[in-house]
Amino acid sequence: MRIYVCVKHVPDTAARITILGKNRIDERVTFIMNPYDENAVEEAARIKRDVGNAEVIAVTLGKQAAESTLRSALAMDADRGILIKADDHPDSMVTAAALKAAIDQDGKPDIIFTGKESIDSEGFETMYRLAANFKIPAASNAVSLSLEQGSAIVECELEAGAREVIEMSLPCVIGAGKSLNKPNYPTLPAIMKARKKEIKQIDLASLNLEKPTGRVEIIELKPAVEARQARELTGTPDEVAGEIVKILRDEARVLHD
Amino acid sequence: MQKIGILIETKDGEIKKANFGVITAARGEDRDLYAFLLDAMGEDHKNLLQEFGIHKIVEIQSGNNLISYNPVSWSKAVRQAMDHFCISTLLGLASIQGKNLLPRIAAGLNAPLVMDCSAVNLNEHTVQKSQFSGRTIATLKTVGPFHLYGIRPNAIEATPAPCDAEAVSFQAEIENDGLTVKEIKQSDSRGVDLSEADVILSGGRGLENSENFRVLFECAELMGATVGSSRVAVDEGWVPYAMQVGQTGKTVSPKVYIACGISGSVQHFAGMKTAAMIIAVNKDAGAAIMKRCDYFVVADLFEIIPALTEMLKEVANGDTTDLVE
Repeated sequence: MRIYVCVKHVPDTAARITILGKNRIDERVTFIMNPYDENAVEEAARIKRDVGNAEVIAVTLGKQAAESTLRSALAMDADRGILIKADDHPDSMVTAAALKAAIDQDGKPDIIFTGKESIDSEGFETMYRLAANFKIPAASNAVSLSLEQGSAIVECELEAGAREVIEMSLPCVIGAGKSLNKPNYPTLPAIMKARKKEIKQIDLASLNLEKPTGRVEIIELKPAVEARQARELTGTPDEVAGEIVKILRDEARVLHD
Repeated sequence: MQKIGILIETKDGEIKKANFGVITAARGEDRDLYAFLLDAMGEDHKNLLQEFGIHKIVEIQSGNNLISYNPVSWSKAVRQAMDHFCISTLLGLASIQGKNLLPRIAAGLNAPLVMDCSAVNLNEHTVQKSQFSGRTIATLKTVGPFHLYGIRPNAIEATPAPCDAEAVSFQAEIENDGLTVKEIKQSDSRGVDLSEADVILSGGRGLENSENFRVLFECAELMGATVGSSRVAVDEGWVPYAMQVGQTGKTVSPKVYIACGISGSVQHFAGMKTAAMIIAVNKDAGAAIMKRCDYFVVADLFEIIPALTEMLKEVANGDTTDLVE
C-alpha cells in the first residue's frame, strides 16, 4: 500500500507576523508543520503499522526551508519525502496541480492524506482540487477512519457535533481533522533517523504544469487592527450581572423579549 | 445584467439566517440574484428570499425529487445549474456545509475560490479575508472565467431589499463518483453551530472540570447562546472538540462572545477576534483577554454567571426591577 501525505510549512501559530511591501510577510520567523497535517501524518503512520506492508511518502510544495517540515514528517514515521521547490507561494490551484504531478511521477497512491485546512492561507480547498485532478473521491474534516476491502469508511464532522459516515472507494483523498488521532511527537532516535531518510527535490518549473484557467492574486496584506476599548464592570455579582444584561439587551441587542 | 448565484443553506427545513448576509453582499446595480436550493422547495421560501432581494429561486432536483444529501451529487448538481443558467459567480456560506460543497464545486470547475470572506466586491472580483490566524487581512482577487466565494457566517450584516421572486425548478443528473453517505449521526447538542451563533458563552481553564460547564449551559439556554470552550477544556477532556474555539478549533463571528475563565491566548483569539463584542470574566486581572475585550469583569465566574442566569430568568418573567436604568 502506498500512502502519500501532503504537508505544508507554515508560520508558527505564536509567530509575530510582519508585512513586507504590499503583499508578503517577513518569513524570518519560526515555521512548523501545519497542525492538521500532523494528524494526517499520524494517521498514515497508524495505517502503516496496522497493515504492515505500506510506504508513507510526505510531499510538500515550498521553499527550500520547507525541508524541515518534511523532516518532521519523517520523524513521525513517514518513510521518505518529496520537496517540490517553488520561489513563492502559489495558490491552491497551482499547488494541487503540482502535488498531483509530483505524486504521478513517484507512484500510484492508495490513499492521499492532507490536513483539513492550513492555518496560514486558510483556504480549505486543496484536498478537493487534488482529488478532482486525480478523479478520485475526497472527504475532509475526518474524525475517524477505517479501511475495508477497497474502500475507506470515514466519519466527518458536520455542524453542532453531528457527523456524516462516508464510504469512498480507494484511492481517495482524506483531510484530517484534529480529533482523528493524537499525534505521537517524535522521540530523539526517531529525529536522528529522520535525518538520514531520503528527500527527493523537484523544481516546480520542471513539472511543466498546464497554465491554470484561473487564479487567486494577493493584492494586499494589512495587519488586522484591534480597536477595542476595554471597560471594566464592577460591583457585586448581581450588579455586574445586571450591567451585562443591559449591555446584551441595549448595546448588543441580542436579548429579545 | 450580471447574474450571481447564491447557494442557500437550510436547517430543519428553514433557511438559515446567515444566508441573508450573503444575499446582501451579492446585491448590486444591474444584478440578477439566483438562489440555489437543494433541500427545500422554492415556493415555501419565496417570501423570505424575495424580502432580501432574490429574483429567481432555483430548486435543484433530480427526476422531480429533491436530491438526497451527498456532497458530490449536490456539488455536481449546483455546477449543472450554474451552467444551465449561465452563472459564473457563486457565493455561499463558509459554514461547515459550505466548506464541504464550495471547494468541490470550485475543484470541478477548476476555478478560483476564496473561503471565509468578510467583504466582497463583485465588480472588481476582490474580497477580504483574514489570514495567519487573524493577524492579517488580505485583499484577494480572483481571475478567470469563474469566481467563487464563501462568506464567513455573520460577517456581513443582512439588510432587506424587497423585490418579486420567481421560483423555478432545475433537473440535474446525479453522479456520486465513488462516494456514498452511509449515515448521518446526530449529536445530543441542540441549537445552532458555534460558527453561526449570535451569542457564544465560552469556558476555559477556569471552569476546572466537565461538571462545571453546566453553569454555562444553563445560562446559555436562557440567553439563546451556544456554549464554546478554549483548547484547554478540550485537551483536559471536559468538553468535546466540536466546542473548541480558536486556531485549531472553530472560527466564530458572533455578535457577543462571553469568555469565562479564558486567559485569551493568541491561538484562542485567532478563532474569535472578529466577534462584534467580547466580554471577559476572569479572576486574573492580568489575563491577556482583559485588555483585548470590550468589557471585563475581574471576578469569579462561579459568582457572576449564576447571578447572570438568575437575572435572565427574571427578565424572561418580565421582572426588570433589578436592572438599574
